[in-house]
Amino acid sequence: MAEHSITTRNQVGRRPGRYVLRTVVAAYLFFLVAWPLYLVGRNAFADGFTSLNDILTDPDVTHALRLTVVIAVTAVVINTVFGVGISILLVRYDFPGKRLLNAMLDMPLSVSPIVVGLALVLVYGGREGWFGPTLEAAGLQIIFATPGMVLATVFVALPLVIREVVPVLQEIGDEQEQAARSLGANAVQTFRRITLPAIKWGVIYGVVLSLARSLGEFGAVKVVSGNVLGETRTATLVVEEKYLNFDKGGSYATAFLLALVAVACIIVVSVLRPKEDR
Amino acid sequence: MSIEIVNVGKRFGDFVALDDVSVSIPSGRLTALLGPSGGGKSTLLRIIAGLERADTGKVEIEGVDATGLPPQKRNVGFVFQHYAAFKHLTVRRNVAFGLEIRKRPKDEIRRRVDELLALVHLEQFAERLPAQLSGGQRQRMALARALAVEPTVLLLDEPFGALDAKVRKELRDWLRRLHDEVHVTTVFVTHDQEEALEVADEIVVINEGRVEQIGSPDDLYDRPANEFVMRFLGPVTQLGDQLVRPHDLQLSTAGTLGLAARVTRVTRIGFEIRVDVTTTGGQPVTATLTRNEFLALGVAVDSEVRVQLAPGSPSTTVSTPATRSVPPTLAVTG
Repeated sequence: MAEHSITTRNQVGRRPGRYVLRTVVAAYLFFLVAWPLYLVGRNAFADGFTSLNDILTDPDVTHALRLTVVIAVTAVVINTVFGVGISILLVRYDFPGKRLLNAMLDMPLSVSPIVVGLALVLVYGGREGWFGPTLEAAGLQIIFATPGMVLATVFVALPLVIREVVPVLQEIGDEQEQAARSLGANAVQTFRRITLPAIKWGVIYGVVLSLARSLGEFGAVKVVSGNVLGETRTATLVVEEKYLNFDKGGSYATAFLLALVAVACIIVVSVLRPKEDR
Repeated sequence: MSIEIVNVGKRFGDFVALDDVSVSIPSGRLTALLGPSGGGKSTLLRIIAGLERADTGKVEIEGVDATGLPPQKRNVGFVFQHYAAFKHLTVRRNVAFGLEIRKRPKDEIRRRVDELLALVHLEQFAERLPAQLSGGQRQRMALARALAVEPTVLLLDEPFGALDAKVRKELRDWLRRLHDEVHVTTVFVTHDQEEALEVADEIVVINEGRVEQIGSPDDLYDRPANEFVMRFLGPVTQLGDQLVRPHDLQLSTAGTLGLAARVTRVTRIGFEIRVDVTTTGGQPVTATLTRNEFLALGVAVDSEVRVQLAPGSPSTTVSTPATRSVPPTLAVTG
């Protein structure tokens, strides 16, 4: 990120051009992002804190919020472990089918989440899926239960950690790792002492993006959850439900909470991230 | 013999990096692997370190067959061209790394690291991060880090290649002095013949995956095994079918020794004078003289001179029928 600011600083353009460009960008972001988000907040507090109070005392909503957090955190943990592993595989090793794997990893970003949901039902569905009936017979229900929702969330947020970590791994190169090996460190020690600290900020950024994405997942989760009130209804589904039932206050308040957490994550990281890093 | 390399071969796809190479590297000496870029010398060093696996052949370090050993079990110190400093660790922690991995007691680590930092003159930088050091300081830190684990052999891959000319010269002298103090078997890779001649006890010339010659700097310079070594180690010019050093040529204005020639150009480069002549046979030859020799000779462009090789000077027969002599500057970078 710092690289970008350095290049913009070096390209000292003519002044009027620079200001026009700034204004355009600021206006664009304002009308597309800032103003709509602000309005969500304003609507959430249209009646003071009543809407917020209402949803926070509604057991169904608090259950939904808790479920969302559990699913998001589980998905992020899975995606982080898997993502760091896959990144190292992609950057440090050569193997047949690497390009195919690389292309597959971008799939979750390009496929609509609702398609993801349907696809998961086809594979894990309790009655007609490929594995579903077998797993269900073994007492493990995937679809219309938490595991399916975690699965859907993992799927849609899959590439985020990888896309953050891969460029960092490429940039640091493997000489530090080789040096560590020649100094007697085994693979685990090298990873823990050298690789992980070096890619730390890539991982953290990936985790935050994944967390924000996971908290906000809607389409895929809606298909696989069954949307059962008080059981498999997540926060995003609550927003939709309340909105459709003309409970504008409740839906905006819940939406505000979701947006707040996501924005907070990103702000915290940009403040913490060392300036000289990268 | 400290490192025994027997029939080692290595390919990268179609490219043959090493072709059946056998070298013995003596204990306690400073050995240079010298050759042009892409000649296979770095690959050989990395195979010794275990960072690369040989396709065929055997590597023995201090009598132990290391062919299949991973790098962490070989007890070698490796210094990279671009330092490979652990960026998130202080200089002290960088140097301590190998000892921490070996779980040595804390006060022993502290004492040893202090010793090493003194050895590489970085005592006052112990708590800095590598980013706060200059290139030369970083490379000295890398050297201390590699020495900390008391390696059986110290391997340096173009250790001064990324440094500017002045620092490179300083570190070169310093490495030589350090080696005289520490006496660890050291192998370093370089493409700079001057560096190899100046620092090494023993030089292995490697080109196109093969060993061209092994010997002391004197052997290589005075008795080059072939045309390649002759060309690679210093400037050359062709006289008849012989490849000779321009500074071994003697010019005279009288007598009947040597070949008759006419001076075509005189160029002064600092303390030395380059005299280009063309023999009566039409062969361009370059001789270099010192300023005093040139003044004593008293020639100018179009003077008639006689050219001969000083007795006892090295020469090799040109195998490829080259029609032109190679300009010395080209031969140096070879």
